[in-house]
Amino acid sequence: MEPFLISVMIAATPFLFAATGELVAERSGVLNLGLEGMMLMGAVTAFAATSATGSHLLGALAGAGAGVAMALVFAVLAISLMANQAATGLALTIFGIGASGLVGQPFIGQPLDSLAKLPVWDATALTRVITGHDPMTYLALAMAGGVAWFLYRTRAGLALRAVGDSHGSAHALGLPVTATRYAAVLFGGAMAGLGGAYISIAYTPMWGENMTAGRGWIALALVVFATWRPGRLVAGAYLFAAVTQAQFYGQALAIPSQFLAMAPYLATIAALVVISRDKALTRANAPACLGRPFRPDR
Amino acid sequence: MIALEARPEASRALALASPALAIVLTLLASAALIAALGRDPLSALHVYFVSPFLDGYSRAEILVKATPLALMGAGLAISFRANVWNIGAAGQYTLGALAAGAVALAAPEARSALWLAPYLAAGVAGGMLWAAAPALLRTRFGANEILVSLMLTYVAGLLLDWLVRGPWRSPLSFGFPQSRDFAEAFVLPVILDGTRLHVGAPAALLIAAALALLMARTLRGFSVRVIGASPRAGAFAGFGESGTVWFALLLSGGLAGLAGAIEVGAVIGKIQPDIGASAGFTAIIVAFLGRLNPLGAVLGALVLAVSVIGGENAQILLKLPKNVTGVFQGMLLFFLLACDVLIRWRVVWRRKGAA
Repeated sequence: MEPFLISVMIAATPFLFAATGELVAERSGVLNLGLEGMMLMGAVTAFAATSATGSHLLGALAGAGAGVAMALVFAVLAISLMANQAATGLALTIFGIGASGLVGQPFIGQPLDSLAKLPVWDATALTRVITGHDPMTYLALAMAGGVAWFLYRTRAGLALRAVGDSHGSAHALGLPVTATRYAAVLFGGAMAGLGGAYISIAYTPMWGENMTAGRGWIALALVVFATWRPGRLVAGAYLFAAVTQAQFYGQALAIPSQFLAMAPYLATIAALVVISRDKALTRANAPACLGRPFRPDR
Repeated sequence: MIALEARPEASRALALASPALAIVLTLLASAALIAALGRDPLSALHVYFVSPFLDGYSRAEILVKATPLALMGAGLAISFRANVWNIGAAGQYTLGALAAGAVALAAPEARSALWLAPYLAAGVAGGMLWAAAPALLRTRFGANEILVSLMLTYVAGLLLDWLVRGPWRSPLSFGFPQSRDFAEAFVLPVILDGTRLHVGAPAALLIAAALALLMARTLRGFSVRVIGASPRAGAFAGFGESGTVWFALLLSGGLAGLAGAIEVGAVIGKIQPDIGASAGFTAIIVAFLGRLNPLGAVLGALVLAVSVIGGENAQILLKLPKNVTGVFQGMLLFFLLACDVLIRWRVVWRRKGAA
């Protein structure tokens, strides 16, 4: 059981990063379907920067920067130019898959040292599971906690939620709708970049084309599953990670590996259905202006 | 400063000019990208966008590549027009190929061309089945069709992988993961000697024309347009939203399944790990480039097909990585979405402060 739980702690980290960032963007009213593309660019940039500088810290920062750059393209199109958000997000993913493959070509098959782990506190089973991971695992959790505090305990967080719930009223109150959405989307990009970076420099320290394998899309589903609330998002990230990890333990059951590999995707669908059928739950929490462009009338 | 001013009416002229403008901008950006990769941009662009036209075989190949893109793009155009975001066409294509493949592998001795009927019908059914899941889950439970259709694409890919490595692997393939070759009956007739151009190409054009007619001239087409533009107005007119969701997904899924069946029958001739399902994502760009109009999607499919063949040529002749094509395609969609702003808005210069 212990090795399983330890692997779940690690596997949840990319979901935590990417989904926490997307939650903030969606809470401001912007749906960014480009998560997968931003994660891939984050992953390849972080790998390149880490292998060039030997510093995982610089690598992670570069990954976050790549995510921000991608998110900026999205923000200009979807926020300033009011392009359809779903289409723009898809374009971001298509572009990210191609561009990361192009940039990453020289790095295929190259080795990289994994991000160093912190010491384990070997007192009980519980401490052995939750200590001894790399710093990014804890950063992801801290970011989720920080976002929860920001959204519900600060004035700026209240303003961000107001912008997502009713951009017209927020604008009438003098809140900067466009600037808030830019900030939220760029934060989402940085977090997606970190999620991608975690995959390529810590989780499986290597670069391979399309190595995020749909985690960006699963993170999008996770935000819905969490009904846009950070606390439930953390719980959901561990649940999803447990499903992805369980497949490796199913191999003993003589089920073909392809069917085990389907589990995370089918579980995502099941989770979406379970949450979406409760209309009251989703309607009470979903940002009312999600996906709707805003242009202030002068 | 530069500002946007709403036009009194959406500009029809710019709606048609926007794709051309986007293509020009993509060419310029691509030239810059190729220069950044240390290659001569002019000769590279020549390989990408001129070389596919230089001989008869290549010209026919454009139509071969455009066929599945046009079929899927036309279906997605209608789906997107209805505000139903089916982005799982790649999975529906795979299921169509697998369902049709099951028919073909069950009849290894088939000779009569009549076999094509159950073969193609199975392809359509496979695609529809895979699209029915997001339709059911959205209309019954309100589950987001974007995520469901995309998740099923991964599932379809794994199913294909299992079949070609497991039950369907040919004993004659020396351990390679591929099925037996389909019998002759399932190879769609070639219509131009010396090329791979098959009857699927004119069929795709006919289907797109029929769909354009359906959108422009029938009540169903009208209800799709109304619901897509405003679900509330659609409800007042008595058009059910779930009916439209089912229609959009089954239509686009069925066409994607048909595209998969045609492609493995006419071009590949067996089931293998890569059956070209990524065309399902390219078809999203095709639909937008074609202004979400089924006949426009045919034109969009031709443009994207040229870039795909040009990309293959560039890989061979210039040793340019294959991912360059994906970058081009992503940029094309970016530029297209940016240019589309001009349809509804006018760019004006305004002095700061003067409002």
